[in-house]
Order: sequence, then structure tokens, then C-alpha cells
Amino acid sequence: MAPKLCALCSTNKAILKRPKTGQQVCKDCFFYVFETEVHHTITRAGLFKPGDKVAIGASGGKDSTVLAHVLKTLNERYNYGLILFLLSIDEGITGYRDDSLETVKRNQQQYDMPLKILSYDELYGWTMDAIVSQVGRKNNCTFCGVFRRQALDRGAAMLNVDHIVTGHNADDIAETVLMNIMRGDIARLGRCTSIVTEGEDTIKRSKPFKYAYEKEIVMYAYFKKLDYFSTECIYSPDAYRGHARTFLKELEAARPSAIIDIIHSGEAFEIREEVKAGQKSQQTCKRCGYMSSNDLCKACTLLEGLERGMAGSGITERERKKLDAEGRAPENLRTIPFYRRSTRTPGPEVPIVVEAQVDPAMITDHYRPYTAE
Amino acid sequence: MTFISLRIEFSGGLELLFSNEKRHKITIPAQVPVDNNPKVDGPRNGDTKAADMDFLIHWLREHLLKERTELFMENSTVRPGILVLINDTDWELEGEGEYQLKDNDEIVFISTLHGG
Repeated sequence: MAPKLCALCSTNKAILKRPKTGQQVCKDCFFYVFETEVHHTITRAGLFKPGDKVAIGASGGKDSTVLAHVLKTLNERYNYGLILFLLSIDEGITGYRDDSLETVKRNQQQYDMPLKILSYDELYGWTMDAIVSQVGRKNNCTFCGVFRRQALDRGAAMLNVDHIVTGHNADDIAETVLMNIMRGDIARLGRCTSIVTEGEDTIKRSKPFKYAYEKEIVMYAYFKKLDYFSTECIYSPDAYRGHARTFLKELEAARPSAIIDIIHSGEAFEIREEVKAGQKSQQTCKRCGYMSSNDLCKACTLLEGLERGMAGSGITERERKKLDAEGRAPENLRTIPFYRRSTRTPGPEVPIVVEAQVDPAMITDHYRPYTAE
Repeated sequence: MTFISLRIEFSGGLELLFSNEKRHKITIPAQVPVDNNPKVDGPRNGDTKAADMDFLIHWLREHLLKERTELFMENSTVRPGILVLINDTDWELEGEGEYQLKDNDEIVFISTLHGG
């Protein structure tokens, strides 16, 4: 078979079939369109302002490694004026996170960015290894998810940054849309496709890879020879997400646009005002000051259960009642340090709108609605 | 009987199913059964075809895969979510399973299914 030529430059040999468009592209054009599409995602959503301090949530995995590389590239190419940091959370999982953190430490050197590692042990007094030895492998993902979310915010506050970016990609978001539909979780369905989430009291978070396909992220890492870590967490993976993921990959194999179509569907949902009104309003945790929809935030509830030897109390109502029956939390209970959001004076309120010098025909319009073949 | 040599690479966590070795050098027959049966290495009876990617996938499962077949193969091909490159080109541009292997080809399998 004669080599196929790149659909964009018509000169070099094509090396990749883009899942979003079916276009066949050469290596250089692929790097260029991939980076430029992320640039467009950033500028269209007005994610950054010049002078912003931005922490990249870095796990050492493919997504955050590629995100660090691409953000560094775009920051230099388009003069975003961002100050970039790497922020890693050490959950304390021997044989998994300790290895992936070695990758992040190499990334720190390769990308020349300051790195902050915050551990569960330091923040909560518990490693995931210790938590699993108490709660077993069934609900440990609940602890890890709640603890990680709060740890990232606290790590960002320590770095005094304005913004956290994470490597969530289009496949992750489509997966989450499916899971929220299957669980009937209207509140999360309404917000899971937002590119930015920002509470009054939390640091702004965003997902610059919202429209980037996992296939392209992995191919980008492969062709750029980026150094990333890929091993499954040794504690039981989230089985429900695993099924959603397998289903989504099968849909993608049948029709590659399925991923962007599902994200589009998620964005198109409108939540009725009465439903929104029924959702709990946000307050701050009475014990640690972190945002919460109850008197105690989820992390404090889980930590109290661990400390009092009744770890299930943060998971089920029945266990919670048992804990309450034992009386109030003891005075000397270990708690999470009080959370104070950094009070950095914000920069000018003008988002970066540098337009890329690019032929518009090269760029996929992410919002193009699905039309039947 | 003629043989062809191939360089095989597994990454993205897929190497864990293959003795935790990323790189392998293998030799397979140049002519293989049309039903992709990888078990016979001697002279063959019945219909044959030139060795292609479909055959290679079956051969790898039979001879190199150490555990959990379902994480590598599904419906006679690689599981969705595993990317395949033939000499550094997306196999979707090379005819996927029908690509006819040549001596010294380099085939890379990358799992995208592991944590980000």
C-alpha cells in the first residue's frame, strides 16, 4: 500500500487517523493541531489571565504529563504569562503512588517547574495503605476521592495559586456524563461538563483537555516520547466507572464521534429551576473551614469515623447512627488543619484572548452537533 | 518454510500482561492458516495466507500473553482502548488486522485504559 499523505500539509506521510474528524495527519501537523485545539479551548473559555499562578494537578500519568508539556509549550508560544507549578498528592499507596511520584519528580526537572507534594499522611494522619487496612477494599475509593479533592485545594492554597488545572480528557468527561445519567445524579450531571468549576470559597479548577481525546493524548505522549507512568491503582479500581469506560470504548470503536457527542448531550441538558432549588446550598465545615453542604464536610466525617474506629460511619446512614449513639466526638480527636483560602490580589480581569495564527479549516469545531450519516 | 522477524513493544500498562517486559523479538511463519490458528509451527495443510496483524494478535495471545486474555483481546481483535502502531503509524491507516507483516516490522501496542 502506498503511504497515505497528510490531509493538512499534503507533503508528509500520515501517521495518525484523528478520532474526532477521521482526518489522516502527519506527525508535525498532529502536534500542531492538537496543541492549537487546546489553545482554542483555553481562549474560548477565557481560562487564564496574564500573571495567573496555575498549579497542574500532576499524578505522573499520561494525561497530566501531556498537560504539563502542552501548557508549558502554549505558555511560551502565545505568551500567556502564566506561572506554572506541579502539584502532586501522595495518597500513601506503596508500590503505586511512590513509583508514580518518581515520574513527577523527573517531570519537575524536564519541565523546569516547581513541584509541591502534599501527602494524606501529612494532612489527615492516614495513608491509603492504613485506611485500607481498616476499611478493606470495598469503600476505600470513597475515602481516596474525598481526601484527594480537598488535598488538591489545600496544596493549591499552600502554593498560593489562583487556579488548578487537571488532566481530565474528553473520554473521562463522557464517562462521567454516562455515570451520572445511570445514577440519576441530576446535580452532578448539570455541572460535570463545565470546563471551569469554582465555588465562592474554593480555588478555580479547570480542564483544558475537556475536548481532547484520550487516543490523541496517548499518541502525543508516544510521539513526543514523554515520560509517564501507567499502572493501575493496586486497590480495587472503581468498578462502576470501569463498566462505563468499557461501554464508551466500544461505542467509540463503532463511531469515534460518540465521545464528543456524549459531552455535547451532557452540555445540552437543562436542569429545571425547581430541581436546582432542591439542592443543598454550600456552607463551610464547622470543624475545618472547607466548603461543605452539611455542618461537617465529607473529609471530616470520614476522618472522624477512622479515628473512632467506625470507618463505615462516613459511608452509610446506619453506621452514622451508631457513631452518633456513642456520643459527641472526643475533644482530642485528630482534625484537619483549618482551611484558609489564599487571599492573593487578583491580576487584571482580562482573560487571554491571543488568537492562534491558524487556518480555521484545520480546527475541529467542537460544538458541531451530531448529524446522522 | 520461511519465517519473518518482528519487534513487538507493549506499553501503557499492557506490558504487565506480558511478563512485565516491554520489548520482545519474535519470529513467526510467513504463511499462516486462514483461521489464524497459532498453535501449529510445522508444515501446514489446508488454506494459508500471508501472515497479517489478525494472525499476529492470535499468535501473541498463544505464545506471549501470560494472564488475563480479556484485557488484551475481544472478538478476535485487540480490545477497544488499545492503540496499535505499525512502524510508528496508527494501524487504522494501514488496514488494521489485514495489514500484511514484513520482515523487521515494528509493532507497538499501547493501552489507554490505565489511570491518568
